[in-house]
Amino acid sequence: MAVYFQKREVVVPGQLLAEGRYRPSVGTYDDGERIFAAVVGLAELRGNTVKVVPLEGVYIPREGDLVLGTITIVAGNNWKIDIGGPYQASLHANNALRRPYDDDISRYMDIGDVVTAEVIAFDRVSGPYLSMKGRGLRKLTDGMILRVSPAKIPRIIGRRGSMINMVNNQLQIQTVVGQNGRIWIKAPNIPILRLAIKAFRMIEDEAHTSKLTDRVNQMLVEEMASLRDEEVDSSTDEKADDDIEVISDIPDEEETTEVEPEEDEAQVEEAESDEIVDPVEEETLTESKDEEDVDKNEEDVIE
Amino acid sequence: MGDFSSEVISQIDRRFMLDLLAKNERVDGRAFDEYREIQIEMDVVPAKAEGSAIVRIGDTTVVAGVKVLTGEPYSDNPDEGVVMVTAEMPPIASPLFELGPPKEDAIELARVVDRGVRESETVDVKKLCIEKGKSVYMVFVDIYPLEYDGNLIDASSLAANAAMMTSRFPEMKLEGGELVQTGKELEVPIQNMAIECTVARIGKHLVLDPTLREEMVQDCRLTMAVDEKDNFTALQKGGGVGPLSIEDIDHAMGIALERTKDLRTLLKRTIKGTD
Amino acid sequence: MSPEVKPDFLISPEGLRVDGRRPDEMRPIQLEVGVLKQADGSALIRQGKTYILAAVYGPRELHPRHLTLNDRAYLRCVYRMATFSVPDRKRPAPSRREREISMVISNALQPALFLEEFPRAVIDVFIQVIQADGGTRCAAINAASLALADAGIPMKTLVPAVAVGKADGQLLVDLGDEEDKYGQGDIPMAILPDTGEITLLQQDGSFTREELLEAIQLGINAMKYIHELQKDALKRAYAKRVSELDEDDDEDDDYEDDLETDLGESDLMEE
Repeated sequence: MAVYFQKREVVVPGQLLAEGRYRPSVGTYDDGERIFAAVVGLAELRGNTVKVVPLEGVYIPREGDLVLGTITIVAGNNWKIDIGGPYQASLHANNALRRPYDDDISRYMDIGDVVTAEVIAFDRVSGPYLSMKGRGLRKLTDGMILRVSPAKIPRIIGRRGSMINMVNNQLQIQTVVGQNGRIWIKAPNIPILRLAIKAFRMIEDEAHTSKLTDRVNQMLVEEMASLRDEEVDSSTDEKADDDIEVISDIPDEEETTEVEPEEDEAQVEEAESDEIVDPVEEETLTESKDEEDVDKNEEDVIE
Repeated sequence: MGDFSSEVISQIDRRFMLDLLAKNERVDGRAFDEYREIQIEMDVVPAKAEGSAIVRIGDTTVVAGVKVLTGEPYSDNPDEGVVMVTAEMPPIASPLFELGPPKEDAIELARVVDRGVRESETVDVKKLCIEKGKSVYMVFVDIYPLEYDGNLIDASSLAANAAMMTSRFPEMKLEGGELVQTGKELEVPIQNMAIECTVARIGKHLVLDPTLREEMVQDCRLTMAVDEKDNFTALQKGGGVGPLSIEDIDHAMGIALERTKDLRTLLKRTIKGTD
Repeated sequence: MSPEVKPDFLISPEGLRVDGRRPDEMRPIQLEVGVLKQADGSALIRQGKTYILAAVYGPRELHPRHLTLNDRAYLRCVYRMATFSVPDRKRPAPSRREREISMVISNALQPALFLEEFPRAVIDVFIQVIQADGGTRCAAINAASLALADAGIPMKTLVPAVAVGKADGQLLVDLGDEEDKYGQGDIPMAILPDTGEITLLQQDGSFTREELLEAIQLGINAMKYIHELQKDALKRAYAKRVSELDEDDDEDDDYEDDLETDLGESDLMEE
């Protein structure tokens, strides 16, 4: 019985990890007696189990994952959604809207819309299938989407959310982190947004190192301090207000408009914060395309 | 590069970029008339190509190589050599490029870059004649994008010029019907280099050197080739069906006149550095 | 354009090759991982004057649909040479030679990959030869292996490859361009190092049975060495950042930073 790797060692495919009565797990393969790494990653021993946590790789869906996706096709009662990786996802209207709903489901969500959703089924033969009937799942309308390597997402979240919460608190931003390597960020201004991007890129680059949370925190503290210094310097500048403009206004008209029950039978939600006030306990439904529904009813042309 | 409106860009991405533009900002913090960081590396294929260069504009990377062959001149230009510029959009460079024969956008890239070289008469083809009516030099410039993050045209134009300017090939002469080397080394005879400069229109904003994401929301782009005397020698409106106003064109030309000067200086400085 | 000159000798009286190498000596090899930002995985190789880029995209959705396989990913390799990578300009369109080489590269890599992990998907391997100076299909395999690993594709092992040839009756390891053109034969090969399974084997020229077996043995030795270089290149891509930072390993830090747990947190679903 022997183990051939160090703690935190980066291993490469084909590298011999262990011999004897160990159990091969994620990222490894065995020939009956010996366990080898199958991917580039960090080798880890937990009890009797040998695994390699991958440092690279596209997104492969798992049931229960929270993902951010872009609608690419509307087909009948289904939306096809791009969530990255080799498998395009499907979302059935029954899993997003409250019945009865309009025949033309593009009224509610159309090509180009970005949604948060949960993977409810995937077995490589078919799917993945998504649902938006869960707490907080909704169409996103503002902010920006950052793409990172899906393999680094666990590090971006951190143990019990330690990393992402630290970043959110330091920068006073809102985020939704998708397992598929997409992060929605809503920041009060552009310099803060750029800092958030810098933080996530730093975590991506150094995901395989230790004490990362401290270092990212340190970087943010320093950068925020110099941002504040710059603000003080330019506070006498007429242009100061422009710099600190909100890029995603919270009291957006379209987000708080409620659609009349007669016109739209799908329930409406406000998308202003991560925490959704959920009037209906059993199911959380998506907001409809408020502005566009109203406009469509008035036959306006929207860009 | 091409018209990517069929690729689905999310509403959030689109709105994010338009919001930024409305605040006079671009995603990467550049000014509207600013190029990304440009790196030019010469002679990257020293053992097999007569000339070569890799150009990086931001995260867009292209490699250009020059092969000088000999051949018969065209019958209507018996004392002129031949210059031919080609380019591809190979799938190695982007998940958006498909495998297979060149599609229209790849053909456009090749022809636009070729036009930039041809219309300005960058190369003095009369000096590429070995013997009138019998034998001439044929200069092939072939461009391969390796990483696509927007604006392949400008990167390709720079790379083609850089590769041509640093090309060296053996002089040939006809002796008893056979081509033999004279022992002398020649350069590609460059007389009037044109540099191409591309501006994208996004809404009412004109932005120089669009990144891929900017190209995906652009209404159209305008590529302008400017020569050493500040003449425009080639124009191409493409990358989308949105129209251009005469004010847009005038504005774009102003940007091109300024920025091509910078590119020319950068090119000459880089070449000097490698001599 | 520049007519190639056949060298006076491929093996000098002192027993050295045209570039001064001994018969069993390899050209200097440089390998870099992660050189192209658009690709999911990538690698660069310089082997002597041969200079090749390899990029991997995938697993990703496969178009055209009729190529999909229900039980595994489809491996698609495309080997292309730049027109300027060879002395006589190569015509831009894909040649029959390039298509054959694409296929043998794919065959060489496929046994090492766990393609069953990604049914219906495609794994694309694009190889761009920038400068060709002999042994390009082997150098391409060396780089493509790294690009596949860099993309996170599960593999049994990296795949090293080398071409062994012959000149003046002498077996030569890692053929250069002149040796390939003017020598007596060329045997490109690739291997899965741990099991010794040979996944690429071609030969031209003329060899006796004994010569062939000896050549393969020479090749196996050379490929062992190349395999070490490949592993090193992959680890180097990460090692640089770790060594600067890996001090005071055992101290607790404020944020309960447990590296493996963080990365493995969502990997609780194990087979």
